[in-house]
Amino acid sequence: MLIKFRSKSDVLSSEITPESIYYSRRNFLAGGAGLALGVAATGFPNLALSADGDALRARAPEDIARSAPSPWWEAKFASINPAARGGPFSTDETLTPYGDVVSYNNFYEFGVEKGDPIANSGRFEVDPWSVTIEGEVDKPGIYNLEDILKPQALEERIYRLRCVERWSMVIPWVGFPLADLIKQFQPNSKAKFVQFFTLFDPSQMPGQRSRFSTISWPYREGLRIDEAMHPLSFLAVGVYGNYLPPQNGAPIRLVVPWKYGFKSIKSIVKIRFTETEPETSWSMLAPEEYGFYANVNPEVHHPRWRQDMETRLPQSLFGSSRMPTEIFNGYGEQVASLYSGMDLAKFY
Amino acid sequence: MAAILRPSLRLVAHLFCIAPFVLILVAIFRNSLGPDPADELAVRTGEWALKFLIFCLCVTPIRRLFVLQRIAPLRRLFGLYSFFYSVLHCFVYVAFLLQFRWMEVMEDVAERPYITVGLASFCILLVLALTSPRSVVRRLGRRWSSLHKLVYVAAVLALLHQFWIVRVSIAESALYAIILIPVLGYRLWQKFVNSPSGYSKT
Repeated sequence: MLIKFRSKSDVLSSEITPESIYYSRRNFLAGGAGLALGVAATGFPNLALSADGDALRARAPEDIARSAPSPWWEAKFASINPAARGGPFSTDETLTPYGDVVSYNNFYEFGVEKGDPIANSGRFEVDPWSVTIEGEVDKPGIYNLEDILKPQALEERIYRLRCVERWSMVIPWVGFPLADLIKQFQPNSKAKFVQFFTLFDPSQMPGQRSRFSTISWPYREGLRIDEAMHPLSFLAVGVYGNYLPPQNGAPIRLVVPWKYGFKSIKSIVKIRFTETEPETSWSMLAPEEYGFYANVNPEVHHPRWRQDMETRLPQSLFGSSRMPTEIFNGYGEQVASLYSGMDLAKFY
Repeated sequence: MAAILRPSLRLVAHLFCIAPFVLILVAIFRNSLGPDPADELAVRTGEWALKFLIFCLCVTPIRRLFVLQRIAPLRRLFGLYSFFYSVLHCFVYVAFLLQFRWMEVMEDVAERPYITVGLASFCILLVLALTSPRSVVRRLGRRWSSLHKLVYVAAVLALLHQFWIVRVSIAESALYAIILIPVLGYRLWQKFVNSPSGYSKT
């Protein structure tokens, strides 16, 4: 792995105005309060922000400053290591504005429209939260999220996210490598795959109450163990330097940037280590459309969507932000070796 | 010939039909269509094309069941507005989603069944709209009513098109189908059992 030292000209994302301050600018302008007060009130240390103009930001909701789910989160977010520049953990591409990242979501537990998750998840409880670890591991059990996060140092990763629906975003996540978590529980030699489950709680997730849903809940996803141990595989607990909003998968979600977005499962409550390939929700629903691997691949088309192009969001009506899709979403240099000798058209 | 619609009802109907278009225009100017406005526009125009098509098919059963002769002209009005929104829908698809890349349009039509049935439905609506001026209706005579039975085919194809796009929830398709099935059933029942005058061969 490339270790990059900071050069003088590098702008740390922590040196850029946090969105929370940016969005509360009107408050302190209107109230005549000092900037220092504004900073003290928001409490977020740092992190990345789109360099785009006000027009893009104007779409974001005004009230983005999220309060910590509980006090220990604040301590955890007090220091976040910036993403190493120049390598695969970061990108110079323009970030998708926060407002779009938190309002345009596929999270069917909260509804099937893109705007449903933000509309229906306002009261979603993420504290206390526990994650069950089971299967082929030496340390199975039910762990509090606080205990899971305790040994992890949070870092930022700026990844491309490519949805199978042909849109894409660039998102600054906060979290830690999945491999570090897996090592914590000591999988045994039979652990060939890792399966993840989203919370099943129809009282909080209206999509799970719908009689018309074709998904069998809970939502589940999986990775091969070598994919899961790859340095790019990431568990996010934050976005834009801020606590993860429910619609983005709070309190903890997977981010696997070289696979289609649906692999990056949200609001994880269970991780199971298995010897055989585990069930994944989309391939259970439509096996001819979705496989286990779901690697971004411009040459293997989904029956309803060509995959050689994508629309980078946000886009305006009269200017296309279409761009060619790259194999493994541009992370081929890092991950192609995981699939050497495999027919990717067969293992889609 | 149906009774003349009272101007007030006609006016209300036009306002009702044009309102979604106005709201779409407002959303465009306010830039409130979200991060993927082209996709959102395609969804909204398509939904209204389908809704007005279903409203159009409901007119005759409601008119007969409730003896509301004066709503008869709404059938033509709703049908033409359905066509209007389907034109917008196709325009959004070709201009904003595919930026006039005609090769891709052709590929979609050939390879993606949901596009194929959508186009078929649109073609039917186009023919029906072209044959809807009163002079053409008069010239076609009885053949006009046989031709315009294709509207049922257009509705079924449009519903199939919508159903194919939605991946995880059949709620909306089911709602449309729940309306459409009795409407179609009513017409079939009339044709085969009741044999109303004008259709009967005996």
